[in-house]
Amino acid sequence: MKRALVQKDSYFDSVFLMALSKKLKASPGLSDAIVAMATPMNIELLLSQGFSASELAGGSPNDLVIAVDCAEASSVDAAFVAAKELLERKQGPSGGLGSTHEPTSLAAALEILPEANLALISLPGLYAAREARKCLESGLHVMLFSDNVSLEDEIELKTLGRGKGLLVMGPDCGSAIINGKPLCFANVVRGGPVAVVAASGTGLQEVTCLVDRLGSGISQAIGTGGRDLKNEKVGGIAMLMGIEALSKDPGTQVIVVISKPPAPAVAQRVIDALAASGKPSVVHFVGLAPARAKGGTAGQDLHGPLMASSLEEAATMAVALVGKAGGKPVDGAVAQPDIDAVAEREAKGLSRSQRYLRGYYTGGTVADEAMFLLHGLIGAVWSNNQVDPAFVLPDPKTSIGHTIVDLGDDVFTVGRPHPMIDPSTRTDRIEAEVDDPQIAVMLVDVVLGYGSHADPAGALVPALAAARRAAKARGGYLPVIASVIGTPGDFQGYAAQVAKLEEIGCVVMSSNHRAAMLAARIVKKAASS
Amino acid sequence: MSNTLLSLFGSELKAVNLGLESFAENLRANGADAIQVRWKPPAGGDIKMVEILDRLRRQTAVDIDAANAEAASRILKGKPTLVGVGKALDVVPGMTATTVLHSGPPLAWERMCGPMRGAVIGGLLYEGLAKSREEAEALAASGEIRFDPCHHHDAVGPMAGVMTASMPVWIFENSSFGNRAYCTFNEGLGKVLRYGAFSEEVLARLKWIETDLAPVMKQVLEAHGPLDMKNILAQVLQMGDEGHNRNRAGTSLIIREFAPHLVRLGEDPEKIAKILLFMHANDHFFLNLSMPACKCTVDAAKGIKGSTVIYAMARNGTDFGIRVAGLGEQWFTGPASMVEGLYLPGFGPDDAAPDIGDSVITETAGIGGFAMAAAPAIVQFVGGTPADALEVTRKMYEITVTENDSYRIPILDFRGTPTAIDIRKVVETGILPAINTGIAHREPGVGMVGAGLVKPPENCFKDALAAFAKTYAP
Repeated sequence: MKRALVQKDSYFDSVFLMALSKKLKASPGLSDAIVAMATPMNIELLLSQGFSASELAGGSPNDLVIAVDCAEASSVDAAFVAAKELLERKQGPSGGLGSTHEPTSLAAALEILPEANLALISLPGLYAAREARKCLESGLHVMLFSDNVSLEDEIELKTLGRGKGLLVMGPDCGSAIINGKPLCFANVVRGGPVAVVAASGTGLQEVTCLVDRLGSGISQAIGTGGRDLKNEKVGGIAMLMGIEALSKDPGTQVIVVISKPPAPAVAQRVIDALAASGKPSVVHFVGLAPARAKGGTAGQDLHGPLMASSLEEAATMAVALVGKAGGKPVDGAVAQPDIDAVAEREAKGLSRSQRYLRGYYTGGTVADEAMFLLHGLIGAVWSNNQVDPAFVLPDPKTSIGHTIVDLGDDVFTVGRPHPMIDPSTRTDRIEAEVDDPQIAVMLVDVVLGYGSHADPAGALVPALAAARRAAKARGGYLPVIASVIGTPGDFQGYAAQVAKLEEIGCVVMSSNHRAAMLAARIVKKAASS
Repeated sequence: MSNTLLSLFGSELKAVNLGLESFAENLRANGADAIQVRWKPPAGGDIKMVEILDRLRRQTAVDIDAANAEAASRILKGKPTLVGVGKALDVVPGMTATTVLHSGPPLAWERMCGPMRGAVIGGLLYEGLAKSREEAEALAASGEIRFDPCHHHDAVGPMAGVMTASMPVWIFENSSFGNRAYCTFNEGLGKVLRYGAFSEEVLARLKWIETDLAPVMKQVLEAHGPLDMKNILAQVLQMGDEGHNRNRAGTSLIIREFAPHLVRLGEDPEKIAKILLFMHANDHFFLNLSMPACKCTVDAAKGIKGSTVIYAMARNGTDFGIRVAGLGEQWFTGPASMVEGLYLPGFGPDDAAPDIGDSVITETAGIGGFAMAAAPAIVQFVGGTPADALEVTRKMYEITVTENDSYRIPILDFRGTPTAIDIRKVVETGILPAINTGIAHREPGVGMVGAGLVKPPENCFKDALAAFAKTYAP
């Protein structure tokens, strides 16, 4: 049914009316609707469409006409009401001037935040290098969290950055603290005089947290990505730029360098740069004995760096050096349980078949630290991170003998998040191996901080408890040794996470190094029993 | 060398975050400024295009950025000036008695859409080359008529853009570079040639334009002297026009400019009144001035070696095409799209013809859809709010080389309009030029049925980029 209504002396903009007609047409019961000014042209059009001449009579260009076509006569009045409501509707605040433009590109973002000085990039590797290049060209320092960036791209980016005085952290840089702000996976640590430059994410986290726990604090913590020192072609560009800037940074008194074993020539350059920095420094190359790391020329003299044998020692030395440099004194060693007594107690319930250590790690560098420490000390240690090809796990998804597995390895992260984010990678693995009667001690890390799971200990303890119950059911006892990388400032809460582990009988040590040492003692007792 | 890094340590951390949003949130929770980029894969994840973009970045044969800066600077330097009125045959280069110019890229009669065919028929009838629709169709199909794009003759035409030998044209000159551009007179709204109408009434109006309007305008312009269109365009953007879909202020300004000279002609007051009423009744009178003004402005960028700036966009109802400064006169085309918009009473999407007309030359020059923020009144064509209008313009800065120094938008703090479209940026961001346009009825002779925003086909930008890479980085 077609009905038209002329409303005298109501002027509306024609575009407004076109929009309104469109909205009105969407109302239920309407097959067509035209709201327009009653110009001769529009009247003629409505007549040609079969609207009543008498209803349209008297319409002038200053009048509004509402014409509706409804299937049911009963809908007509409702349609007129709906049209009038639309005509009278007041516009709400539209955002107008203040509308926030969501930038879809770097260039657009920089228009909104022109004083930006750092770009965080965690895009798929395929695109990460392109975006990083654009960031550098726009004068931004870059933290490249993404992995799967080619070596060629890394060299090109770092060389481009160096030419502009811009730091490229990464690729595959998981952690940094710049100006006290945690980047990607990082912990909330106190500010202070110790700077860290690390080619490893969890190494950086462990050292910064330990420095915090030792009562000192962090000025800057720079990540470089794993290949920075390892690959001679990259040549430590990020590390060397970091050291040079820190040497002039008034907020930094002591510089700590952490890396997996570097290319020898690169190691030398780093040591020389530290010696030239004029500031006391500490170096720890994970998996390299201090004597070897020193090399032939850079002696441990007054101007050269101190060589630490573990991440914990690197932190301790740094804090001690702060004391010497006249900074904040070390507030004493962290209380440790009597390690011999604990080893004795934990080993007591082991059964004869329990012989092997199993380390289930989410942090790559702490896994390496434990592996290098224990390989040889307790016998051969199998690992997906082994540098000795004879002891690379044949199947990284199955533990054999003494095994330390890095569950953050690419093998485990295809199609699922890193185990620091999604604890199920690790709990699934533990649950799959609870029935192995040869497990003598379990060694785990729990990494807190930004980026990590909201309750990693809470997510882990059911699997640990189940493993302990299974051992007990077999007539044995399963010691679980843990360390928690974190601080009281972390949103997960260091104390609360430790308490969750201790509640089910885990022994929580103050560092990964100590946890590994305790596990070694226990497993040795198992072997000798 | 690392002074920059050292100074980072001394300043407040302000980060741009590309990727996991939580990294930005964590920074904000710690009191640092962090802006999240709504990142999308470049070129929509088209690896071939990404490879081409990277190849162009790495090549050293030509400095594309410098070439584009030159193109942009020529566009900004352009000074479009209305210098006269003439007969197409006399002034338009290459015009002949049997030539029919049309909008968009080259197009044969067989592929023409309804309104384009209608306009061609009207043009042939108007020229007296045919006596009836049937005769005109037969002539058009016979091969005796040369069809050619307006763009190949320094001209532009709205909608069908049909220009024939006897039609009067506006003559524009880019006084900075000396190049010219031509455009017919706007016929008004409703049943008009440019929408494919060719009835008696349409032809009579065209004749009146030829015999009455054009000679008067010619005299007025002679009395007035060359009209600085850059100045007028700058003004209209501050008066709520964008120079393409809204030309109300522009038309009014032209009336103001011409009125005293019209009066002084001493013609029959009724004749003058008719002309003024004609202009008053047709907001788009100005469109046929803004288009050639834009055409002669962007043409100055044509032929700049190594430039990826677009100097022409145009559509003919069948194809949408672009031309790139560094790629000579080649067209890169894709299928003309359907327009998203609002319809005049009694019409709907089923009545619409695909996108048509050279009026997209305004966007090419940095006004039209690119200046949408200046014309919030027409944003409802796309069902949006004034905030959306600002958004449309803001997005265009992401695909352009520069900002106009004359055409400014008050509501954006008088920021210059986004100018000089870079095909690299279009392909990289996937942001297509925002084009305001009218909608023609798909049948010849009905006329305008609506207006709205149209998205050009993405492939023509990609094809142009691929051709550019083939030329400069083989």
